[in-house]
Amino acid sequence: MTAIATPARRRRSGIRRGQNLAGWLFTAPVLVILGLFLLIPVLMAAWVSVSDWTGRGSPFSSNVGFVGGEHYAELLTGGGLAERDFGTALKNNFWYVVLVVPLQTIVSLGLALLVNRRMLRGRGFFRTAFYFPSVTSSVAITVLWLFLFSTTGAVNKLLEAVGIAGPNWFNEPAGIFHLGATTGPAFLTDHTILGVSWWNWLGGPSVAMTGFILLAIFTTSGTFMLLFLAALQNLSGDVEEAAMMDGANAWQRFFRVTLPQLRPTLFTVITLGLIGCWQVFDQIYTGTHGNPAKTTLTPAFLSYQAAFGSNEWGQGAAIAFILFAIIILFTLVQRWVLAERAVSKRRNRWFTSVAARLAAGTAAAGAGGSTAASPGAPPGSPGPDRTEGGR
Amino acid sequence: MRITRVGAVAVAAGAALSLAACGSGFDDGSGDQDSTAPLTVLIGSSGDAETAAVKQAVADWSADSGTDATVTVASDLVQELAQGFSSGEPADVFYLSTDQLANYASNGSLYAYGDDLSNKDDFYPSLVKSFTYDGTFYCAPKDFSTLQLVINTDLWSQAGLTDADIPTTWDELSAVATKLTTGGATGLVMSGEYARVGVFMTQAGGNLMNDDSSEATADSDANLQALQYVKDNLAAGDFAFAADVGAGWGGEAFGKQLGAMTIEGNWITGAMTNDFPDVNYKVVPLPEGPAGAGTLQFTNCWGIAADSPNKEGALDLVQKLTSTDDQLAFSTAFGVMPSIQSAADQWKADNPALVPFLDGADYAHGVPTAKGSADVVTDFNSQLGQLASSDPKAILESTQQNLEALLK
Repeated sequence: MTAIATPARRRRSGIRRGQNLAGWLFTAPVLVILGLFLLIPVLMAAWVSVSDWTGRGSPFSSNVGFVGGEHYAELLTGGGLAERDFGTALKNNFWYVVLVVPLQTIVSLGLALLVNRRMLRGRGFFRTAFYFPSVTSSVAITVLWLFLFSTTGAVNKLLEAVGIAGPNWFNEPAGIFHLGATTGPAFLTDHTILGVSWWNWLGGPSVAMTGFILLAIFTTSGTFMLLFLAALQNLSGDVEEAAMMDGANAWQRFFRVTLPQLRPTLFTVITLGLIGCWQVFDQIYTGTHGNPAKTTLTPAFLSYQAAFGSNEWGQGAAIAFILFAIIILFTLVQRWVLAERAVSKRRNRWFTSVAARLAAGTAAAGAGGSTAASPGAPPGSPGPDRTEGGR
Repeated sequence: MRITRVGAVAVAAGAALSLAACGSGFDDGSGDQDSTAPLTVLIGSSGDAETAAVKQAVADWSADSGTDATVTVASDLVQELAQGFSSGEPADVFYLSTDQLANYASNGSLYAYGDDLSNKDDFYPSLVKSFTYDGTFYCAPKDFSTLQLVINTDLWSQAGLTDADIPTTWDELSAVATKLTTGGATGLVMSGEYARVGVFMTQAGGNLMNDDSSEATADSDANLQALQYVKDNLAAGDFAFAADVGAGWGGEAFGKQLGAMTIEGNWITGAMTNDFPDVNYKVVPLPEGPAGAGTLQFTNCWGIAADSPNKEGALDLVQKLTSTDDQLAFSTAFGVMPSIQSAADQWKADNPALVPFLDGADYAHGVPTAKGSADVVTDFNSQLGQLASSDPKAILESTQQNLEALLK
């Protein structure tokens, strides 16, 4: 929570005098609850991460000492098992984020566009069906996934039917980008970041982690589809129609008209996706506990394991704070990338020239555009209906 | 959210106050003892049979002593124990595993009562060693298990093998495994982890640490010999790890007849009866390695919290729970092996088919108990899973480094 210094105000007087007090009174319950269940635990964890608390009694008792950044140093530069585990967890989760966030965003946007179409028969059914995995408990769905992806499970049976010998999904630690190679070139294996060799960093998620990546895409796409759908139904039909009148084909309408208008939703979806992906825990706890060969270990699970399993409370808390920093960092970067910028002159010129060309040959552009694989209706036909709003 | 400076200060002050309040509320030390204070017993149960048996035994003690005692079954024992200790109000009596002993002994959470037990000398010495930390015997072993070789008798006779072929050396084990390896089944399928593969290390005269867990011995020649033996057999296809044949553990692979032999502990009988009643099997001693017989043992103890308000009552309860009668009752109820030598003969008479497990106590070695060793074993396991395609020497060397780091 940030305290923002307010500009100097005139002393309130007369009829407004009681308002300040009343304001505090009304917000007090929430402030107390947030303080008690959010601020205080966070502060406690911050203290634990720089203390030598052993998990017995209060972390604030007199026999708990301050050790400074010892736990952080052990994780980031310690050179021991702790650093290697942390590096492994970061590597695993990094690939998880890098694959899940874009894919789930694309899939959910695609689903939203599909179920937003007026032409689709049984839209209600599909909307429910796509959303269903999101409302199912993550534990239940993880167990389902373990069955589906077992050695003799449905997925492998399916692959078998088309002549592919499926992998031993959740027991296969090989990185998918290693393509079966077990050792890499020396310049990759000799250098390490956080105790993990470049070779392993580049290996991508393990086959087991890929199972979890598919699971995440499957479960969260529905949730984000809902956000996109709401945003799509809020878009004004006028803009779309104007674009159509200007001769933009479906492709252009989507990328130049619809998508830019979805920017706020896109930001929400990517932010939520990033946060959720960096904190992945349930699936690991229910499914694999970091196995096989630690390739599904994630910082969140490692933090839990360090604290509760190994009694390394300081280390567990330190992992949580490093994870927090990583999430903030990723969110800031993403905010910067998606930020609305004034259009540069060069780009502006490009827009103008495109508009001019479109204006010159509306009919030609309309005909030419029909070859594009269209996410909406083909140009010329009445476009996807946006005028009715939500229904 | 817009908060004025005053507001921020108020929140911060409130937070500081509450923190101080938490601080004082946490640690009422273990000062006041009350011999009538009710006891709580926290267990991690294997199932209804175990829960019922422990509840019955505790209820009997309650009736005799007049002290109330309640049994709680933890869904995640390690986590619930940790929460209890950090809140300053732990369960009085609880199951404690060997790999957690060092954590809780080192931070003073445990009441070291081992030397006060009247039946102290009756416990198997190797079990006492497992619960000794820094020279102090902390808690009474509640029961134990060892690993032995389990063979599928139907597949055994189908392969033309008889009782005379039961392997007594590594070479014989490889030979029968080759014979038992057919299209559907691998000769020996076990979980690819230290807690199974480690038996070969003890048979070669090695182990990850010495018996006191005071010295790291992972990179010994004996361990290398053992891992090389397992690796060679994995490469030949006579051995396989459970995960690689699509089973969760050795018992499942064995029950599904994916393996004709497995290395498991006495808990396998329960799984076989419940899940695979049609599979005929037999328990035989593991073969001897270059350094003779060897196996691993696993055990839990009855921990008592140092912060318990009624340590006297808790000790009395544990004394009863580890008595010959109670241990034999537990054994009947859920198949564990008594931790005391005086119950051995009765147990062997009651469980003739499982005698090799109890005989294993004579030559069994414990798993490392040094603080932090559980993490090292996890790491060792993660590498062991890929033994077939990796260098045993490199695995052992990295494990040695990790273990040495614990002892610094």
